Parts: sequence; structure tokens; C-alpha cells
Amino acid sequence: MDLTFTESETAFRDELRDWLEANPPGAEPTGEDDNYAWRRDWQRRLHEGGWAGVHWPTEYGGRGASLMETAIFFEELGKAAAPLPANVLGLLLAGPTIMIWGTDEQKERYLPPILSAEEIWCQGFSEPEAGSDLAGLKTRAVRDGDDWVITGQKVWTSGAQYSKWCMLVARTDFDAPKHKGLSYFLMDMEQPGVQVVPLRQITGDPEFNELFIEEARVPHENLLGGEGNGWKVALTTLMNERAGLGFFLQVRLRQMLDELYDEAGRSGALDDPRVADALADLHIRTEILRLTAYRGLSVIEQYGQPGPEGSLVKWLWSETNQMLTQLAPGLVGTDALTAGTRWSYELLRARGNTIEGGTTEILKNIVAERVLSLPRAGR
Amino acid sequence: MRFTLSDDQNEIKRTAKDLLAARAGVAALREHAEGAKYDDALWKELCELGWPGIAIGEDHGGQGLGLVELCVLAEELGYACAAVPFLGTALAALALEAAGDTEWLPKLASGEARGALGRIGDLIPDAVDADVVVVVDGDGNASIADDVEAVDAIDSSRRYGRVNSPGATSLGDVSAGLDRALVVVAAEIVGVMQRSLDMAVEYVKERKQFGVPVGTFQSVQHKAAQMLLDTEGGRSATYFAAWTADAQPERLSSAAAMAKAWTSDRGRETTGSNIQLHGGIGFTWEADAHWWYKRAQLDAAFLGGAGEHRARISQLVGAERAGAAA
Repeated sequence: MDLTFTESETAFRDELRDWLEANPPGAEPTGEDDNYAWRRDWQRRLHEGGWAGVHWPTEYGGRGASLMETAIFFEELGKAAAPLPANVLGLLLAGPTIMIWGTDEQKERYLPPILSAEEIWCQGFSEPEAGSDLAGLKTRAVRDGDDWVITGQKVWTSGAQYSKWCMLVARTDFDAPKHKGLSYFLMDMEQPGVQVVPLRQITGDPEFNELFIEEARVPHENLLGGEGNGWKVALTTLMNERAGLGFFLQVRLRQMLDELYDEAGRSGALDDPRVADALADLHIRTEILRLTAYRGLSVIEQYGQPGPEGSLVKWLWSETNQMLTQLAPGLVGTDALTAGTRWSYELLRARGNTIEGGTTEILKNIVAERVLSLPRAGR
Repeated sequence: MRFTLSDDQNEIKRTAKDLLAARAGVAALREHAEGAKYDDALWKELCELGWPGIAIGEDHGGQGLGLVELCVLAEELGYACAAVPFLGTALAALALEAAGDTEWLPKLASGEARGALGRIGDLIPDAVDADVVVVVDGDGNASIADDVEAVDAIDSSRRYGRVNSPGATSLGDVSAGLDRALVVVAAEIVGVMQRSLDMAVEYVKERKQFGVPVGTFQSVQHKAAQMLLDTEGGRSATYFAAWTADAQPERLSSAAAMAKAWTSDRGRETTGSNIQLHGGIGFTWEADAHWWYKRAQLDAAFLGGAGEHRARISQLVGAERAGAAA
């Protein structure tokens, strides 16, 4: 057991820190489009510096970083108050999925513009009637000559308005059992059959979209992993969903907690035992989720497969972020309840954390079934 | 970074687990706890294997290993809820080492003497019939107790005692030893939690109601998942703290408080959930879930409960933030 970084991990971190210091991301612009352009530009700069796809193998233009180095990358990004790269779904989800399932032509065609942020990706999985029960999705793809014709509706598609490509899962066989009739497509978003409609969330921002797909056409060569294999390919994408990102979010949580400690120290609220107790509880949760995330990586590095730790981190993070942002109004005052402030945004945005990327309820089912080997529950 | 046990540490864990599974099963626990006596034969065996001295320096006759190794043993003994005076003896050694003692350490390492450590007025595990009981007063001053009053605690798997006043032999400040002691108690609770989780999972897979195992019910599954989160979180905090003790002692205070606060609260929750998931049978003496529930209650209060350690954390973090700002 050694919780210090190795020499090569330290060297990686120091090199990254130096680069971040020499290349500050600059102030975050307000306004959704400006903000997105800023993050896109940020990814271009990361790419030029060789930092866009740290966890990608070198043969695909990445840095070939280890799991631990990838964690360090996201932690340092968070510590430098830098944003996530604009094409985060391409880098974390689409790229690794294409690396595993793609043909040589597909890899050559799609991977380089993901890294450079030339082509942005979105994820077309969830549907209005297929959320936790993803395999029940209804969007259909019908073969027509060399094309597939796709019709259906997708939801929670973040970044769709900026995306060139969509990781789309659709049903290609309506007679097969629900997990077997799916196929995974790389769909061009720039066509008349695809309509993007912003979905306003409780923060008031349209961070997500609905996709209305009406006879969109996808060439057969854009099938990923073969016809009828969509569930397996989709699982590859979902397995990648939380890798790395957790370390970025964990740092953000720590920064907000430090702000609350500072505020409570200045105002004297920290002398109130109830405040001190609540903040300490948040400190413990934040530290334990960081430590558990590191433990999870160590287990994978050492034993080649994940232990129970990884599945617990998202659950703990989402709960803790909600607790923290709900404590904030009591410490920073009415500002945290005033529309348009950062704290009020965080308060409202945190409510989505226990739903997005797998609800806490589904995570608990997964933990019970896969980690504790309990018999499968009736749903 | 490698946040997993080393091969040697894993070997210690495996050996301990196997030995205790063979020698300290539920039947043995019941026999000794119901008779309010220690398992002297097991204790003798553990002493011969060098367990009490695992973290005592080689110059004092110990094995000279670290707090991580000591925690591995404490966790496995908590898992078994073994009726041996290990915790008290190990904790006394940590305090006496911090006080610079040379007299007692070799005796504790060999098992020739038994020890205990605790606060004045509190219930101190393994204090009855111990050869040396270190007590700490409200100002952190330690002494060797002269008189120990035996108390029948709800946890009858070991003997608890109370000391009402400082002893004549003063030991000075042993706070570094106290922080290490907290981590070892947390490790014991992690073992207690793991056992409760394992028992609950095994039971809900077998027990049928409405024609299906109760483990297929989501409400049951979610409770079990919470037990896992609490146990693994406790394990992360505890082994982090154990590692800081020898590698980065400046971080030990905060890490130890964190481990003790989390395991104190979550240990009681998890052992209670084990009873709940057993249903009515869980509330009976025969179901044996209560041994770990009771141990968790005593451990939670021992050397300060969760609230006290959270207060300490906020003091430490608040001071650190104020220092960073200045």
C-alpha cells in the first residue's frame, strides 16, 4: 500500500501542471454558445499540447496514459478551474467504443476529428419511454438498399445542437428479444431528418435536447459492431461513462466545500456546532469518495478487473453534491436562492445528479445484483 | 499510487481469516460470550503467532510491522467478534509506545501481559484483569490506572472496565498513540460491518416469502447496497488513515477522526440493518446477529463518538483554510 504517486505519475502531473500554468483556460464566458465555443477552443489547445486524449492509445493519437494518470489529468483540470473539453462525449464514449468495435476505416475516419474537436459527438440512447430500461427503446432502423432509414425520438441529448455525429442505438429487428434486436449507428446529425429541440431543465437552461428523427438516412458502412449487436456495443459505451470524469467532479465538490468552510469561517458560523457538524460530514463524504475512487483504480490496475468501489463513487458523489448545495444557502445567504447566481444554479443542477448516467435506484440494483450477487429483482 | 494491500499484507489477511474461521466460529463466540469469559486457548495461540506485537518495534520484541498490518488483524478479529483481549493489548501498546515506555512493550508484544486503553469514566474494552490499563483524562494526560471497576457491558464477547480517576504513574501526552488507536478501532468496526453484510446477504438469498427469496425485493436489495457502501467507505477511510500514520503522520489526526466518525455511525447502521434484513429471527438470541450489533455500539462510543470526531475535523479543516487564506 502506497498512496503517494509513483515517480512517473508525479512526472506526468508536473508536466501537466506546467502546461496548464502556461496555457490558462481564461475566464468562463456566460451565454451558452460562447461558453461552448470557449470549451471547443480549449480542447483545440489541449490537442495541440498533446493533452486531448490522454487515455487514448498512442496509435490513435492519444497519450497512452494509465488509469491513474487519467485520474490525475481530470483532477488537475478541476484544480486549475479549467473546463471539460467540449467533445467530452466523443473523447470518453464514442472514441473508446469505436476503438473496440470499429473497422480500420471507421477508426481512421472518426477518431482524429474527435481529438481535435473538429467533429463533436452526442449520445442517442435514452428515449421518452426507455430510460432505465434502455433495451426497451423503440427508435427503428429499416434497411433500404445501402442505407438504413431511421425514425424515432431520443431525449437527454446534451450537446446535440453542436454535434456532427450521434452514437445512436436503434431497433433493427422487431421480432428478436429486446436486447438482441438492437444495432449501433454512427449517425450524421446534419441532415433534414434530424431535428434538435432544446429541452429546458429546472435550472432554466437548455443543457439537454430532444432529437426528433424522421426518416434520417445512415449508410450501412456506419453500422458499428455489426447488425443486431447494438446492446453489446452500447454496454461498451456505458462502461466508459464514468471513467475519469468522477475525478473532475470530485475536485469541484472539494472546491465548493472549501468555499463553504471559508464562508463559515469568515461569518463565524463555523462556531455553531450544527454547522461544524454538517460541514465535517461533507468533508468526510468528499474524502471517502475520493479515496474510494482511487482504491477502485488501484484494484483495476492490480487485478485487471474492477471491484465494488467504482460503482459506489457516483452514488456517493451525487448524494453529497445535493447535500452540499442544499447546505449552502444557510451559509452564503440569500444569494444562493437568488435566480441567476452560481450557488442557486448548483443547487438546482445537483438535483439531476442522482438521475443522470443511471439513477441511484438503478445503481443500487446493480450493486446488489453484480457485487453482492443477490437474485435479480422484480422491477 | 497503489491503494490496495501488498502481497504480504494480503497474506496476513488470508492467514488471519482462515485461522479465525477455523478457531473462532460462531459456536465458540457464543460459548465464551455467554460464559463471560475469554477464549484463553485462542489467545495463547495468537500470542504464539505474534499477533499482539505485530506493530510493536523489533527492539521491544515485536514484529515491527506498521499500522496497516495491525488494522488487518483488527479487522479480521472484528469480523469474527473473537473473544480475545487483542484490541486492549494492541491499543495499550500504541499509547505506551507514544509515551516512550520500554518496560511494558516487550511484555505486551509477547502476550505475557495484557493491556487496555481508554478514557476516564468510559467503558474500556479488555480492561478487566489487564496488567496495564492506560487512561487518559479530559486534558489528554495519560496515566496508568490503579483501580479498574468491572462492568457488564451489552457486548459480552470481552470484558469491559471503568476507571474513575487517573493513576499515580503519569505517562504525559500520548495523543499520537491515541490517533493510531482510533484507526485500529475503526478497522475493527470495518470487520464488524463486513461480517454483518455477509450474514445479511447470505440470509436474504435463502429466506423465501411470497414464494421468492426476499433478496429479490428491491427494498431489501437497496438496504444491502447501502451496507456495502458504508462498509467500503469505512475501509477506504480506515486504511488511508492507517497508511498516513506511518507515511504522512501530519495527516493522521484528521484521517483518524474521519475513519472513526464514519465507522462509528455507519457501523451501528450496518449491524442494525443486518438484524432488520433477518426479520423477526434477527431479533432472537439464536440468530447471532446481535453479537456484532452490540460490539458496534461499544466501539462507536469508545474513544469518542462520531459527533466529537466531526467537531474535531471541522476545527482542523477550518484552521487549515484560515491558514491558507492568511
